[in-house]
Amino acid sequence: MSILINKNTRLLVQGITGNEGLFHSTQMLAYGTNLVAGVTPGKGGEWVLDGKVPVFDSVKLAKEATDANCAVIFVPARFAPDAMFEAADAGIPLIVCITEGVAVQDMMRVRNYLDQKNVRLVGPNCPGMLTPGESKVGIIPGNIAIPGNVGVVSRSGTLTYEVLYALKLVGMGASTCVGIGGDPVNGTNFIDVLEMFEHDPHTEKVVLIGEIGGSDEDKAAEFIASKMTKPVVSFIAGQTAPPGKRMGHAGAIIEGGAGTAEGKVKALEAAGVKVAKHPEEIPSLLK
Amino acid sequence: MKLHEYQSKTIFAKYGIPIPKGRVAATAVEAKHIAEELGGRVVVKSQVLVGGRGKAGGIKVAKSAAEAEQLAQQILAMEIKGLPVRKVLVDEAAAIEHEIYFAITNDRAAKKPVMIASAEGGMDIEEVAATKPEKIIKVHIDPLLGLRDYQSRDVAASIDLPREHWREFSRIAAGLWQAYLETDATLAEINPLVITKDKRLVALDGKMMIDDNALFRHADLNEMRDIDEEEPAETEARKYGLSYIKLDGNIGCMVNGAGLAMTSMDIVKLFGGSPANFLDIGGGAGSDKVSAAMKIILSDKNVKAVLFNIFGGITRCDEVARGILVAMDEVKPKVPMVVRLVGTNAEEGRKLLENAKMITAETLADAAQKAVQAAK
Ligand SMILES: Nc1ncnc2c1ncn2[C@@H]1O[C@H](COP(=O)(O)OP(=O)(O)OP(=O)(O)O)[C@@H](O)[C@H]1O
Ligand SMILES: [Mg+2]
Repeated sequence: MSILINKNTRLLVQGITGNEGLFHSTQMLAYGTNLVAGVTPGKGGEWVLDGKVPVFDSVKLAKEATDANCAVIFVPARFAPDAMFEAADAGIPLIVCITEGVAVQDMMRVRNYLDQKNVRLVGPNCPGMLTPGESKVGIIPGNIAIPGNVGVVSRSGTLTYEVLYALKLVGMGASTCVGIGGDPVNGTNFIDVLEMFEHDPHTEKVVLIGEIGGSDEDKAAEFIASKMTKPVVSFIAGQTAPPGKRMGHAGAIIEGGAGTAEGKVKALEAAGVKVAKHPEEIPSLLK
Repeated sequence: MKLHEYQSKTIFAKYGIPIPKGRVAATAVEAKHIAEELGGRVVVKSQVLVGGRGKAGGIKVAKSAAEAEQLAQQILAMEIKGLPVRKVLVDEAAAIEHEIYFAITNDRAAKKPVMIASAEGGMDIEEVAATKPEKIIKVHIDPLLGLRDYQSRDVAASIDLPREHWREFSRIAAGLWQAYLETDATLAEINPLVITKDKRLVALDGKMMIDDNALFRHADLNEMRDIDEEEPAETEARKYGLSYIKLDGNIGCMVNGAGLAMTSMDIVKLFGGSPANFLDIGGGAGSDKVSAAMKIILSDKNVKAVLFNIFGGITRCDEVARGILVAMDEVKPKVPMVVRLVGTNAEEGRKLLENAKMITAETLADAAQKAVQAAK
């Protein structure tokens, strides 16, 4: 068992003929992901990956032909919002956007539109998801994690790899790893994933990797205290990051004191979460 | 990207928001001439990219052109929160009856733009927010619909703005919304928006921040960037798409991914060291980017050791290793280097660096400890 993706995931890749899209599609296919289609406007009819995967001109055509139920996006930042709208309009229920650098006003429009259609988005600016042994959607290296009962959710990319790798080195595996991305406006957040892990029978423990900025970790702490029965271990990055020079007062008015690593660690500890001093300490805290 | 007050107000004016007459000066003499043109009574305002200028003494009223010259002299010699003042804005002094706070910004938690207003605007607005939160009005804007007129009227009513100003306030709100939207701003703030003694609404201060990720569609705004206000190394880093922030320590750090970069700094500190910088080479960096990054790190004379922590994903460790070799060849660094490569093509990367006289490490903790040791 797992959350969000498993062996029944039928994946479609938007931007499959681009450099990154092709490289990571190769890796996803090699991992055993059920990659059913690619989309690149203007290249419909071609086949890629040694003739294993058909390319379509649009997500709509790809979905009609292959019944894909998940889309992963590798297109450049200026085209990514359109790619997300397209996938949602084509009726794809789960969209994963790897692209980094999407403009925030675009993301606000995308997020509000997707919410109205009840479409789940993971990312942008995220490494995607991995259910070890079943499915890999995104760019998390497959060989750094093994199947297991630890659910991992993270705002970071490479820091997540550190944690998966540290778990593997001591023989601990993951049920599913979800990289939700570090952008100010994204799709799925910590609470959504924590709730799924809480209800997933195969997940017994959870690792939450947060960082400075925003208040998502504080909300996660509230959720853990009131709704979660499974143990949670955490790490928060950015304890030594210097505060930026602030312009204007709106940030302070909206966020109040939230956003510091110190505040997040405090909130999580108050919710009964063990917070690691560095990522390699996480496995021992899970025991 | 932050814009100066004078730049922000120029944008406001384009969207029909009333601003005082005024111009920017780089010298006291220029400031005097502008004050003469404006009739003597002016405000001399430091232009630095940080808030709280008034409280720091960077904003002063002059009763004559001669006094304006004197004040400009003073302010141009100031440093505000570490930033030297290079320019002053000389604005016509307004006869203020009342100061309002008014802004549009992104509310990341709500995933929507939010309009924020308060009847108790001015330099103490953050204190108002902390002690009298009921005096702060927030109205979210649907990003798919845009600002509706009724929302501006609601805000005007909620801050007890006299009815005679509602129409003008709605017009200003619509202008600020358009400015925010069309410049891809993350902040468009007027503090204070004043009611003058002769019953006009005027934006006396302006602060805008533009989303760096949207600058590809705003070539005109990109040109407004004031690189004088940045560390030269940070400007250089941006050219290569690197994100670099200089710090006070002596251990240079080069990492892929912002979260891991922050973590590497944290762990250096945890083991008693002090990071010289934050540097994220981003995902999928090639060797040219890596060698540029290394040169930037080594341009900081405080650096006594460098820590490379690369966890390959999109980034390939062999590419990074090649970049390191290129940079080593060009810069011939004398400081010790600790390198840790894990993930995609790590083996190949390690092989490339075999003869490069670098200290290697297996774990993150190991790498940090070795770097701290090497910097001593
Ligand atoms: N043109 C002007 N005429 C009269 N008074 C002014 C004028 N400009 C500013 N002031 C007064 O000075 C105060 C501070 O000015 P301003 O808002 O521009 O800077 P600030 O708010 O201190 O800077 P920051 O926003 O960086 O904290 C205003 O609240 C207002 O009372
Ligand atoms: Mg102000």
